[in-house]
Amino acid sequence: MSDLPVTIYTPESPLRRPATLARQMLGDLVRSRELAWRLFVRDTSAQYRQSILGYIWIFIPPLVSSLPFIFLNTQGLVKINDTPIPYGAYAIIGTTIWQAFVDALNAPLRTVTLARPMLTRINLPREALLLSALAQVGLGFVVRLALLIIVLAWFHIIPPITAALFPLGITSLVLFGFLIGVLLTPLGLLYSDVQYAVPVATTFLMLLTPVLYPVPESGLAHTIAKLNPLTPLVVVTRDWLTIGNTTHTTGFIVVTVFATALLLVGWVIFRVAMPHLIARIGN
Amino acid sequence: MRDDVLIRVQSVSKKFCRDLKRSLWYGVRDTVNDLLGRDGSAQDLRRDEFWAVNDVSFEVRRGECLGLIGRNGAGKTTLLKMLNGLIKPERGRIEMRGQLGALIALGSGFNPILSGRENVYVNGAVLGMSKKKIDAKIDEIIDFAEIGEFIDAPVQSYSSGMQVRLGFAVATAMEPDVLLLDEVLAVGDTAFRIKCHRRISRIRRNAAVIFVSHDMPAVALISDRTLVLSQGEVHFEGDTSRGIEAYEALNEKTTYRPDKGFIRCHPPLRSFEIAPIPEELPFGTPVVVDMLIDSTTHLANVAFRVDVYNMAGIFIANGIAENPKGIGPGKTRSHIEIGPLPLKAGRYLLSFSIADAAGEFLGFSSKSHEIVITGGHPGTTTDCQLDVRTWTNVDEADSFRAAMLHQ
Repeated sequence: MSDLPVTIYTPESPLRRPATLARQMLGDLVRSRELAWRLFVRDTSAQYRQSILGYIWIFIPPLVSSLPFIFLNTQGLVKINDTPIPYGAYAIIGTTIWQAFVDALNAPLRTVTLARPMLTRINLPREALLLSALAQVGLGFVVRLALLIIVLAWFHIIPPITAALFPLGITSLVLFGFLIGVLLTPLGLLYSDVQYAVPVATTFLMLLTPVLYPVPESGLAHTIAKLNPLTPLVVVTRDWLTIGNTTHTTGFIVVTVFATALLLVGWVIFRVAMPHLIARIGN
Repeated sequence: MRDDVLIRVQSVSKKFCRDLKRSLWYGVRDTVNDLLGRDGSAQDLRRDEFWAVNDVSFEVRRGECLGLIGRNGAGKTTLLKMLNGLIKPERGRIEMRGQLGALIALGSGFNPILSGRENVYVNGAVLGMSKKKIDAKIDEIIDFAEIGEFIDAPVQSYSSGMQVRLGFAVATAMEPDVLLLDEVLAVGDTAFRIKCHRRISRIRRNAAVIFVSHDMPAVALISDRTLVLSQGEVHFEGDTSRGIEAYEALNEKTTYRPDKGFIRCHPPLRSFEIAPIPEELPFGTPVVVDMLIDSTTHLANVAFRVDVYNMAGIFIANGIAENPKGIGPGKTRSHIEIGPLPLKAGRYLLSFSIADAAGEFLGFSSKSHEIVITGGHPGTTTDCQLDVRTWTNVDEADSFRAAMLHQ
């Protein structure tokens, strides 16, 4: 009898016993690996089974968001000419990197919302949902690597040695996006406003971040780019892949460390909020 | 070992909010309170809130099955969700020992596009089973669910019965210490329900089970004890047959009467009256109908008829008596004895009528008498129950063969 695990539910705040909470979080993370993998396999194999273009849909968003700018630039309607590599390559690589961030930002809320019927009926380690969301983001990026290779070959860009650090750059962007996504998830489960606002906000944010243009030298745009935590992540990641020397390394390290630490906070919030959310979203 | 308490619920309460917008906002506030380390949400009811579960306590031991019954909205599912750790109680404490299995939703996580086999692995993982364990059980699962070769077809091509069978097979394959069952047998055909009952009884030998259902015969069959919830509070806890009676009584309080009773009579009858019948009748007691008829002429060939209706207005039984002496002229008082009513416990309406030789109704008292039958076996499914009285063991087991041959 004594060897049976005992589970206790009380109204007490889980933060009152941080050691227990930490142990439970780690335990659930370990327990959720297999489920996360199953959910990931389920979602990926089901996602494109009913589609003609299939995995091509993974390439479409970054291509489509870069094409108008490439068009405007070649027609001289928008002048962006101080890029270190041809503008077409610069723009497509920029939007592909950016897409990793956007995917990571959208993934938690999307996955958790889709799992709603399951969440309100079955006590599963909810970390599994986050992990499978993360795996989906990873898969999307791996597939898009093919697009990057084609672009590099097309424009005859030979990646420098720092290209080996490129996955690290993507990881940072994904961590940052995922952090925002995890923080938005509890609120997003309660209020659909979040889900309406996110696409609008991310498009706007892309235009405020040096994705399709280099960091401006002066003016308001310069100040905004300086304050924007996404600037070093995007710039450093692209520079590592394409030119080698980069200027924003310090910013990159600071943002990455902060995002990683805050992700832990986001995870605690997610866990603490879950029972309250399930009680409110009902069946 | 068999005595250990696996489920211990102490003064547990949970509140909900009637207004959606406010409910969502309370959800945000409760989360923030938890994050600030303040305990739980406010103990008192806020605007538009009510106690969905209020001060409920009970224990379930290994090998025991507790029937949890109550009308819709009594708090049964909310209570199960708290036991399952899906939602937090606002007061009280819940202690669960051992591996928990809950059948609150069968087939949760089924993806319609994936095959049955793929879904078994996903569903099993959702319920906390490892791949190895599912590998070991997959044939048994397919076999139990009677899916056969369809296991590799997409689940969207399954009938709803097939999906339920597969869900049940996966969920019960894990042999938990604590099993929560919420209305799981309401679907599926009879043959499969019987199979499910057997599987539940088997699991139950080594587990503590809570069984939620509106199907009283099933509750009577499976549960040792019953907890009746009413508006979130414990209305009754104890013996299953008494629990079911308490539940039926709760239902009847609000049962609507199908028709308003009335009395009519036609010439030559001047009046037709039936005295009140004792409202509560223990199963197995006879009834005497006290009747007064005032007729202008002598009626030689009259038949008396009694009809029984259940509260749903369905005609379930009748009986006819003839009077060789005839009645009238003038006032005639008669006693008509009806033997033990073979009705299952519950509330019924009675109609009485007098017809002449041609079968024409002369007097008619429609559903103006109400009776409540108590007792009998709560597991009876039909409105009618046979008066099964005794079951005695006799010594001469050997002479059974001889008795068989004698036939």
